[in-house]
Amino acid sequence: MYAQLVETGVKRVKVLEEMSPEERAFQEKIDAEIKIEAKNWMPDAYRQTLIRQISQHAHSEIVGMLPEGNWVTRAPTLKRKLQLMAKIQDEAGHGLYLYSAMETLGADRDKEIAKLHSGRAKYSSIFNYPTLNWADMGAVGWLVDGAAIVNQVVLQRTSYGPYSRAMVRICKEESFHQRQGYEILLTMMRHGTQAQKDMVQDAIDRLWWPALMMFGPSDEHSPNSAQSMAWKIKRQSNDELRQRFIDQTVPQLELLGCTAPDPELKWNEQRGHYDFGAIDWSEFYEVLKGNGPCNAERIATRRDAIDNGTWVREAAVAHARKQQQKRDAA
Amino acid sequence: MSQRDNLIEYLLRLGDSALIQGQRLCEWCGRAPALEEELALMNVGLDLVGQARNWLDYAAELLADGRDADHLAFRRDERAYRNLLLVEQPNGDFAVTMTKQFLYDAWHFQVLEGLSRSGDERVAGIAAKALKEVTYHLRRSSEWVQRLGDGTEESHRRMQAAIPQLWRFTVELVNADELDQRLCTAGITPQPEQIASAWQAKVAEVFAAATLPMPEPASHFYLSGRRGLHSEHLGLLLAEMQFLQRAYPDATW
Repeated sequence: MYAQLVETGVKRVKVLEEMSPEERAFQEKIDAEIKIEAKNWMPDAYRQTLIRQISQHAHSEIVGMLPEGNWVTRAPTLKRKLQLMAKIQDEAGHGLYLYSAMETLGADRDKEIAKLHSGRAKYSSIFNYPTLNWADMGAVGWLVDGAAIVNQVVLQRTSYGPYSRAMVRICKEESFHQRQGYEILLTMMRHGTQAQKDMVQDAIDRLWWPALMMFGPSDEHSPNSAQSMAWKIKRQSNDELRQRFIDQTVPQLELLGCTAPDPELKWNEQRGHYDFGAIDWSEFYEVLKGNGPCNAERIATRRDAIDNGTWVREAAVAHARKQQQKRDAA
Repeated sequence: MSQRDNLIEYLLRLGDSALIQGQRLCEWCGRAPALEEELALMNVGLDLVGQARNWLDYAAELLADGRDADHLAFRRDERAYRNLLLVEQPNGDFAVTMTKQFLYDAWHFQVLEGLSRSGDERVAGIAAKALKEVTYHLRRSSEWVQRLGDGTEESHRRMQAAIPQLWRFTVELVNADELDQRLCTAGITPQPEQIASAWQAKVAEVFAAATLPMPEPASHFYLSGRRGLHSEHLGLLLAEMQFLQRAYPDATW
């Protein structure tokens, strides 16, 4: 899971000559591929952009537990249930890594989570789509985690050290989930009944375009990309990554014996890539604005979880304080 | 009943309780009071469902009637389920969930410790592996009972409300039936009296540390999970859990 469309707050990328000595030293370090660490000087806009991106990425892991949580109580076999539980547990763990990476930038976890709950912070648009049949668990693993991996593999080389190291750890687990997701679909297509095969195609039909949207707006409408690329927070453009994902995913789709809901999808010999149809950007922006199919439910669930848990967290703090007082008195 | 039948029945009890407790924990997904708890609740649930699979695999082998662990989990009705009444109770708030987890863990730990020395090698092996996991579960739930019991006024009040909701179901944890006695005599399961007294002692210790009053031992209760006489909660839980296997009985997942 990851962050799409992150504001940098920068209108135009400065050239070296326009920079202060500090900014210039920073940019030269970036250009030399030296990782930025928590105690290093960094432009405030770089810090704020990373806080937004990493928190968005963390929020995505946490909200991303919900579409799968929807089926964990209904998983069809013990093996599938165990796999799904392990995956959800990993996602909570990824959320924790990412919030920790974000906190090295001086941000506060609780404050950033409050922004998510009030609609001021985003998470990946994909988790605003409902999971309607069991094959969605396979399709989410294969397409959604697949799209996330294409992005995160590149982010392993992102310029901020703590973020890049979190990505290395996360990618290992995500790759495992993606294979398991694909295997769910392959099992249903190879050994399943017609009803199961229909579920698989239905899941792909519903999740194909939303998965392509995970790479963010096309490059021409990505005003923040230039600065993120100059800072090497992003390493490749949205459209490049989207194309890579399609190129690697179509053969897997064919191996399943399924089709994409895109009549324009075909191999282009000259380009050496698949051509594909136009994304419905109006849907993308609606979902991002909060008007997707499950935006309201997802945020309400997360907000309720934290609100209903306030007394639990307060009890833990009060108990820890009492224990400390006992130790001090002894 | 033959020794084999007795053992099958006992394995179903162990497996069903772990499975139903795991299923209840799944319901917490995305709703825990803190991120660390999302991780921990799912982790404990994962352990328990894994243990359920081990017990049900063994039961299926002994049954040798063509049913496998999945068949046992997803195709038996509530009258054939053998789990403790305690674990099928709804999650309620975090105080109810943690009290339920603790009462079960404290019992589960004693049972598994005894079973890890079982005369049945397969039982001993599964129990030894599960015991490592349940040692962690018990530590965690004991700590939460203390945090909540001896935390704020509100958390103490909620714990005091949670205990009576669950306490009557503990009668099954401490009262052995004929099956327990027979398997104990055969050297397969531990002494039921020892489990009961060790459970009682652990609960008393943790409740005292949590500033919670220890209730009187629970008395006779009409229902019995061990005999498939469940509360009204199990049917709904199974309807949700078994839906896909019931709707598509010929499917391979």
